[in-house]
Amino acid sequence: MILSEKHQLIRKLCRDFAEKELTNDILDEVEESGVFPQEILDKMAKAGFYGIKIPKEYGGSGCDTLSYILMVEEFARVSPVASLYVNSPNSLGGGPLVMSATPEQVEKYLKPSITGEKVLAFGLTEPGAGSDAGGTTTTAVEDGDYYIINGRKTFITLAPLSDYAVIYAKTDLKAKGSKGISAFLVDMKAPGVSCGKPEHKMGLIGCATSDIVLEDVRVHKSDMLGEKDRGFINAMKTLDGGRLGVSAQSIGVATACLEESIKYAKERKQFGKPIAKFQGISFMIADMAAKLAAARELVYNAAVLKDAGDKDASMYCSMAKYFASEVCNEIAAKAVQIHGGYGYIKEYKVERLYRDCRVFTIFEGTSQVQQMVIAGNLLK
Amino acid sequence: MKIIVCAKQVPDTNEVKIDPVKGTLIRDGVPSILNPDDANALEAALQVKDANPDVTISVVSMGPPQACYMLRECLAMGADDAYLLSSRAFGGADTCATSTTIAAGIRKIGDYDIIFAGRQAIDGDTAQVGPQTARRLGLPVVTYVQKVRELKEGSVIVERQLEDGYEVIECKTPCVLTAVKELNDPRYMTIDGIVDAYNKEITIWNENDVKLDPSDCGLKASPTQVFRSFTPPPKGKGEMLEGTVPEMVNTLVAKLTEKHIL
Amino acid sequence: MAVRIIADKCKGCQKCLKNCPFEAITMQGKIADIGPACTNCGNCLENCPFDAIEKVDDGNKGVDITLYHDVWVFAEQREGALMGVAIELLGEGRKLADEIGCKLCAVLCGDNVNGLVDELYEYGADVVYYANDPALVTYNTDAYTKVIYEAIVKYKPEIVLLGATHIGRDLGPCLAVHCNTGLTADCTKLDIDPEDKKLMQTRPAFGGNLMATILCPKHRPQMSTVRPGVMAKPERVAGKKGELVELEVKLAEGDVRMKVLEIVKGLEELVSLTDAKVIVSGGNGLGNPEGFELLKKLADRLGGVVGASRAAVDAGWIDHSHQVGQTGTTVKPELYIACGISGAIQHLAGMQTSKIIVAINKDENAPIFEVADYGIVGDLYKVIPTLLEVLGE
Repeated sequence: MILSEKHQLIRKLCRDFAEKELTNDILDEVEESGVFPQEILDKMAKAGFYGIKIPKEYGGSGCDTLSYILMVEEFARVSPVASLYVNSPNSLGGGPLVMSATPEQVEKYLKPSITGEKVLAFGLTEPGAGSDAGGTTTTAVEDGDYYIINGRKTFITLAPLSDYAVIYAKTDLKAKGSKGISAFLVDMKAPGVSCGKPEHKMGLIGCATSDIVLEDVRVHKSDMLGEKDRGFINAMKTLDGGRLGVSAQSIGVATACLEESIKYAKERKQFGKPIAKFQGISFMIADMAAKLAAARELVYNAAVLKDAGDKDASMYCSMAKYFASEVCNEIAAKAVQIHGGYGYIKEYKVERLYRDCRVFTIFEGTSQVQQMVIAGNLLK
Repeated sequence: MKIIVCAKQVPDTNEVKIDPVKGTLIRDGVPSILNPDDANALEAALQVKDANPDVTISVVSMGPPQACYMLRECLAMGADDAYLLSSRAFGGADTCATSTTIAAGIRKIGDYDIIFAGRQAIDGDTAQVGPQTARRLGLPVVTYVQKVRELKEGSVIVERQLEDGYEVIECKTPCVLTAVKELNDPRYMTIDGIVDAYNKEITIWNENDVKLDPSDCGLKASPTQVFRSFTPPPKGKGEMLEGTVPEMVNTLVAKLTEKHIL
Repeated sequence: MAVRIIADKCKGCQKCLKNCPFEAITMQGKIADIGPACTNCGNCLENCPFDAIEKVDDGNKGVDITLYHDVWVFAEQREGALMGVAIELLGEGRKLADEIGCKLCAVLCGDNVNGLVDELYEYGADVVYYANDPALVTYNTDAYTKVIYEAIVKYKPEIVLLGATHIGRDLGPCLAVHCNTGLTADCTKLDIDPEDKKLMQTRPAFGGNLMATILCPKHRPQMSTVRPGVMAKPERVAGKKGELVELEVKLAEGDVRMKVLEIVKGLEELVSLTDAKVIVSGGNGLGNPEGFELLKKLADRLGGVVGASRAAVDAGWIDHSHQVGQTGTTVKPELYIACGISGAIQHLAGMQTSKIIVAINKDENAPIFEVADYGIVGDLYKVIPTLLEVLGE
């Protein structure tokens, strides 16, 4: 896709920022400590990354989905974990509010998440309910002006670092499947809210993920997000957008893997010549580049379709997420292979990229769930 | 208060490579960027604006229409408006003629208190256009500014970098100050800034707009002319030392001693 | 002179497009077209297989160049001492003046620096133009420009050379614009055309990727700034005398709009890269600022100083005053040891005339090896300690 000048400038800003701020030293430090430096997060907020896709009237910049994709891609190219931070307020964090928040909720929750003052988490997944959100067992029972929430959310990105979480809970206990679910804005410091121990993850270290445990948490009715019993639709639409975020991360990481492989293949000499001169390696690189190009076009196209309100946009978002994340894993594996033994040690960038991208085919809807969505659209 | 910033779009000379076989420049895919020193000049102006929101910042450049992209970048960093001096008549200008054109543009913008420019552009490295523009406008100039200490009514106190230290200079305003990279750390654009930049018009002026006779512009008004240009021949390849580290080091010391270098 | 396409001869082969360093040529249909970015460098001319490009007169106005004589050198002094580059320029100026067959003159500004007049004679000046005034004690753009400009108008030199120091690069442009003449910055080579005696000024462009020879055919004086360290210093001939011309200094209220309040010397030791016989330089390959401590040890052992590539300076590992290269200092020591420097073209531009270059780099394909006399492929953290050991105390 030929990008407009404006999109090119957005890409330039994101690339400059990521390359200058996220130095190897800092990234190693993040990997070591598991903590992402607050001052970089502050700079991200200041540059406006947190609200790139949020409409202007809600305090964001109101850019299109493609701009957002370019941002996530550029950050993921340098640091996949950093891309989670710029992605979140635009996607799973801010997304549910953009769709359904009241003006008061916008002021109290959404705007501070764009300026970086507050962090929002997205609490949908449960131990027994992942993409099958219909299996939600968290409940919210009306009690005067309040709801009383009980349940457990799991694998919640950023949970230990969050100020608020959007929690999906059953308000109509008799309703079956995905019906009768409502969304609530829950203060993470409210009595009865606690986080589980941060998970020890394979990759994406530096962005804590944990359970959120809710025990008799009282939430005022004014903090219900959107209509009662209609929360599932809100969640699904948010995930639609989230899929594109992961697809952007995928092409970003794949780009980095390809770049590192090309550099290494030219430098590394075996049998008296750079390994790039061996067809076994050069064809691998050609294959990686072609697949990445295809994935990128698919992702960008899905973004444009989404903004155009195309009826198949949702299916294309699933295709983009499915294809880009699978291809990314394939490219990362080849990148490690090209690096040989060095690809297996932490001094080389591809080792981390390989671990970081493994979750891309899993979170925000596994590849298999995306295939279900795509097939469902085609075979209905 | 009004500040004018002079900026130039330049090829990123870091990315320029030489074709090892033909010895020619490879310019394919070399990105055009905002000249680094000019980014420092803009940042200096933006810092004045940070402290005093009444300040307006106008960026002026001379170049082909593509330079608008660089001007949008300046707007996205926080400049208020941008002017591009663009015309066939300006083509082939040396620094002398360039300063005439830029001075004419600045005169037309008018009403300025301070003009910031980069010390030099990385494609020419001449460091001439800033002071020459100042002289054409009849303004005092301080080059190599590494710090703006104080803005006063009618004057400015700055530090001017020297090879082995610096001078503290008080200069009457309006004046031209040329920035070195030690002056500051240019800020990033912002996403909002980029959005706003594309909602703004960039004013494009030709020689008529700035009231210049074509004979005072470009090639016709350039005293210097490029007689020929060539790629410098690389020095011949020397000797690669071989063996273990101690062996190589011993060979080196022997060779250097032999040549009376050590 | 302007460059023009001869439409009848152009075959549309696009060779000129590819060879244009300024991307000034585009295709208009099947014929090449020279756009406003053209600097008349003539690259296209040489590369056109069909002789379809020519240089034509562009009606550039000029002055009567026969009225201008002599070579002037700006005798830059700081705190009463001549800058090294001023002496280098006297050496170069002598060569040019002899080729033209004219006098070599020095222009000296200062407050009671009378002692320097003799020194200038001894370094070869036939004439010293001397402006002696308290207002000239330190360099001041307005004051120096006015005094020297008035002298140029009165005495009409045909060539004016200045050192490309922070002062020369400030004064030069101001003088040139007042004289409405050209100025070529940072020249690395000066020659006189044997036929018409014009000054041929050669300088690097594009970060040293391209060399350009520049003429100033119709305007006078022909002005150049010259990089310190590029030209050789002349022999000092004790007792040599010349002619003194005192310049009138008339500075009215309002002529001088800036005032030097204070001069602060760098707290860091003065890095005199230009005068150093040995330079040990570090680049990106050092990996960290501490690497320079190792280089310092080697430099101290060899009686040299520490230099750096732009990458190391940009990374904040070392002060920019150590930078060697196109945007830093041009050096030509007896021995230049490049450690962990890949050899970006702009670095090479600043050091490739060093007498002996030793390169130490892990990457055997690093371009630095193309200019090195001796190359060592290896880890500088192993090589340098070994070298220190071998050299001993």
